[in-house]
Amino acid sequence: MTVLEQPGSSRRKGGLPGPPPAWHPRVDPAPLLPDAEPHRVLGTDAALQLDAALLKRLYVQLVRGRRYNTQATALTRQGRLAVYPSSTGQEACQVAAALALQERDWLFPSYRDTLAAVARGLDPVEALTLLRGDWHTGYDPRACRIAPLCTPLATQLPHAVGLAHAARLRGDDVVALALVGDGGTSEGDFHEALNFAAVWQAPVVFLVQNNGFAISVPLAKQTAAPSLAHKAVGYGMPGRLVDGNDAPAVHGVLTEAVRRAREGGGPTLVEAVTYRVDAHTNADDATRYRTADEVEAWRAHDPIALMERELTARGLLTDDFAAATRDGAEEMAADLRERMHQDPALDPDDLFTHVYAERTTQLRQQSDQLRAELAAEAATDEPAQEARP
Amino acid sequence: MTPTAAATARKPATMAQALTRALRDALAEDPTVHVMGEDVGTLGGVFRVTDGLAAEFGDDRCMDTPLAEAGILGTAVGMAMYGLRPVVEMQFDAFAYPAFEQLVSHVAKMRNRTRGALPMPLTIRIPYGGGIGGVEHHSDASEAYYLATPGLQVVTPATVEDAYGLLRAAIASDDPVVFLEPKRLYWSKADWSPEAPGEVPPLGRAAVRRRGADATLITYGPSLPVCLEAAEAARAEGWDLEVVDLRSLMPFDDETVCASVRRTGRAVVVHESSGFAGPGGEIAARITERCFHHLEAPVLRVAGFDIPYPPPMLERHHLPGVDRILDTVARLQWESDWTEGRGE
Ligand SMILES: Cc1ncc(C[n+]2csc(CCOP(=O)(O)OP(=O)(O)O)c2C)c(N)n1
Ligand SMILES: [Mg+2]
Repeated sequence: MTVLEQPGSSRRKGGLPGPPPAWHPRVDPAPLLPDAEPHRVLGTDAALQLDAALLKRLYVQLVRGRRYNTQATALTRQGRLAVYPSSTGQEACQVAAALALQERDWLFPSYRDTLAAVARGLDPVEALTLLRGDWHTGYDPRACRIAPLCTPLATQLPHAVGLAHAARLRGDDVVALALVGDGGTSEGDFHEALNFAAVWQAPVVFLVQNNGFAISVPLAKQTAAPSLAHKAVGYGMPGRLVDGNDAPAVHGVLTEAVRRAREGGGPTLVEAVTYRVDAHTNADDATRYRTADEVEAWRAHDPIALMERELTARGLLTDDFAAATRDGAEEMAADLRERMHQDPALDPDDLFTHVYAERTTQLRQQSDQLRAELAAEAATDEPAQEARP
Repeated sequence: MTPTAAATARKPATMAQALTRALRDALAEDPTVHVMGEDVGTLGGVFRVTDGLAAEFGDDRCMDTPLAEAGILGTAVGMAMYGLRPVVEMQFDAFAYPAFEQLVSHVAKMRNRTRGALPMPLTIRIPYGGGIGGVEHHSDASEAYYLATPGLQVVTPATVEDAYGLLRAAIASDDPVVFLEPKRLYWSKADWSPEAPGEVPPLGRAAVRRRGADATLITYGPSLPVCLEAAEAARAEGWDLEVVDLRSLMPFDDETVCASVRRTGRAVVVHESSGFAGPGGEIAARITERCFHHLEAPVLRVAGFDIPYPPPMLERHHLPGVDRILDTVARLQWESDWTEGRGE
């Protein structure tokens, strides 16, 4: 524990008699500080204590998650997704975030976190409507307690704080877990959300997936902080640093932070150190800003490979379990592929339905206009269609 | 229980008092209503509109927040997602801008992007407009920014009774309302009874504040008293002016506006916000599109100049005043212009 030295406590003759009246020591920062090294479990003695069922559950989800990422990326090439920001390499964070929550808790994902939503049980097709382009949010957030995928960076963080605060005001023991990227920590909303959360002692957990880049910009150009987890200290909340490719470690840290929040202990900021193995999206060319060697070094620290080493060492990765896990992932991918190859049903009148609770006069007129245009279009199309053999 | 005649007696009350009463009644009737903002608790807000609410309802229902507008509105969005009905106070018009991203990207879009699953029953109260001698950044007429954002409703009261009724309607609305409170009318008075505050009007209906036959002044919020004064002065010039108070800029009441203009055949739109790309341009276009054959003259505008809001010692030159309104009415191509040789 550091001893807080009070300004003005100098014993020099003629020095000030004491601190100014308005100043008083507040929080001891020492317990809030993150560890010097990212917390790790896999390959350490602590791993031996881990519940085998949890390890296997995490592994199944990681393998499914990787398959989901490759399938979604393939769907962009087939023109079935407009764009896909892959979380390949970050599956441990995605899966751990989903599994750390209870059913009544809320998840606040960004565009990169569809896997976290899917690992929580959301239908992958519903998770992907934003990126397919048929509707912004393809699911009912209240039904699954997953906020809409958020694209304006860090703007979902204050929502998580507000929701957590509202739950507490209503006496519900609900926790909100909000995801954000390393680049997003530079945004003003990151600052404001953390500050509100700490002042209100809201039951919220912030997970920063530090994957090294904000599109092309490396962390060094983003911040001069000792680590992103250190930012917590300035707000008066604990910062935790964890190896983001070590699924049990991320799961453990998040579970602890969620428990703390639920019990009234306030918010936690968790920085998970990971790597975006794929480009920012399918439309990005990552060779313009990073070397193949760097990517290879991270592939050697792959979250699935790390888990397999542990499972093998403990004799848990039997042929049957490995095969069943693979098959389950393939089945999910096949189902996703098949359903994504069907054209989504589109109703142009939806454009006007949910702007307000009730359509304004003007929106009614505009919807009538569009309907008339579509009817005219259909009328001119029809003969052409009939003429076809 | 019917209130006694004494309790319902109408006495001079200010717009600020009517607003306070509206907040109080909303807090009392609906436990999901939460007032939040900078200095709204102990102090009662810098304009004292939330005076006494924290004492009566507790700090959780009338909440002093950290000083960060995006954070205030962003957390209010999360509270609304959980089923609360936040009423946010922005301290001044120009200090609402940090919250703009939350407003545009989330408040305005949330219902739509979730197909109705997450409505945003939020009210954002903003003291707005000039004429109070405010130094820089305290007098912006910022309605045009909000009007350019589908998904928002934009409402501004111009009378004491409407301050109560429209604020109640805004809080009760399941869609977000940017509620612009004309600063210079906070202390305007009218006979009003908090015990019989009047009907809660539907949002989106304009009101004809003065009947007239010759031309229609279309206005809202801080400019209504100026227009009423101009209409009074116009009698001396022989013009009988109608005055329409829009009350709600979005939804927009085409029906009331057009009915008036069809009757009078001439229209002037009056507002403080800058003319270029301001509400007046939209209103003039709507009238022209709908009432062209009834118009005797082009729709004219009296708006703030296209300048950053001036320092207080110069603001009177910027704000629409009676003389500028009358000069503009004079340019509405009256028949006498021709008979007296003034037409071209
Ligand atoms: C407010 C805002 N500014 C810019 C963008 C464009 N943009 C999308 S993703 C991105 C990089 C974000 O990096 P990071 O927060 O590290 O998340 P990652 O993509 O690595 O998961 C940028 C600049 C945006 N979505 N929102
Ligand atoms: Mg990043």
